[in-house]
Amino acid sequence: MLSGRGLRMKIDKLQKQILIVLLLLCLITPIGILLPMFFNAGDAWGEWSARTLKELVGYVPSGLAKYSDVWKAPLSDYSINGADTSVVHQSGYYIVSGIIGATVTYVVMLIISRLIVRNGK
Amino acid sequence: MHIPDGYLSPQTYIPLIGVFVLAAAVAVKKVKNEVSARNIPYLGMAAAFSFIIMMFNLPIPGGTTGHAVGSAVIAILFGPWAAMIAVSVALIIQALIFGDGGITAIGANCFNMAVFMPFTAYYIFKLISNSPTSKARVSFAAFISGYLSLVMAAILTAIEFGIQPIIASTADGKALYCPYDLSIAIPAMAIEHLFLFGIVEGIITAIIVSYFLKNEPGIIYAFRKGAKNENR
Repeated sequence: MLSGRGLRMKIDKLQKQILIVLLLLCLITPIGILLPMFFNAGDAWGEWSARTLKELVGYVPSGLAKYSDVWKAPLSDYSINGADTSVVHQSGYYIVSGIIGATVTYVVMLIISRLIVRNGK
Repeated sequence: MHIPDGYLSPQTYIPLIGVFVLAAAVAVKKVKNEVSARNIPYLGMAAAFSFIIMMFNLPIPGGTTGHAVGSAVIAILFGPWAAMIAVSVALIIQALIFGDGGITAIGANCFNMAVFMPFTAYYIFKLISNSPTSKARVSFAAFISGYLSLVMAAILTAIEFGIQPIIASTADGKALYCPYDLSIAIPAMAIEHLFLFGIVEGIITAIIVSYFLKNEPGIIYAFRKGAKNENR
């Protein structure tokens, strides 16, 4: 019980299969940028940039202008290079972002869970 | 459904950060009692799944995009408290690393998708599914749970957007934050989730819950008696 068993990861067959499915899902994430492009769909509702919002309502709300750039995300919009207009490149960046994001999320959640759940029996 | 920075006034986002922190503190206590160490890998996978599924933007042709969240299936399989933590981790990483959802709106986004949604989903599922004996009924309950919980979370998000012009406008009637009021935000968010994104959330929830019911029924939180002190 005190031997630190909880720190050793035991992954069974089903869990291995789930990890493989998650990896496969990462590889097909570009569907999430290609489908909207194909159907000519834009931003999600309420997620417009200040510039797009100006086109929609004619002005940029002053509070919104103040806050909208408060954080500069390192991989903004799941891309390594937002200025790159190549769809193929953006699809690649999207996959890389998916793998990085999913891996970080997985590891952070494992660490948090281990800290919360009492040492593993 | 990821509210960006600048769309919510401080009068909205600060209380929601407070509510989220309180809810997370309770979740930590609950998960400590409810989850066995054996299931920790599943929680990591659940969080990663939520992260990935939100990358699949689906189009309303010629209109906006949206996506499923995964909160419903995680709540049914591992409990609403564990789902709260898993989906919050995904949302916070999306905000910090990928700029998806604002930093100031982390409390609001976690409240909508990681607190409100898994609890709504869980209780809808419990209400309809009753027992694991009928596979068809479980699938149906899982679908409705995913469908309704996403639609309701979208409406909650729309309310947060829509009250901004009331809370904060300039003297000449210009909004300071989100410029759309409730009469625009609620129909817009409700309709797209009712007709597309909610259905996708429902299908994903039904498929995965059915798969676990067939292959690993013992871990389904919603069917464990009292859902506490599982065998360790």
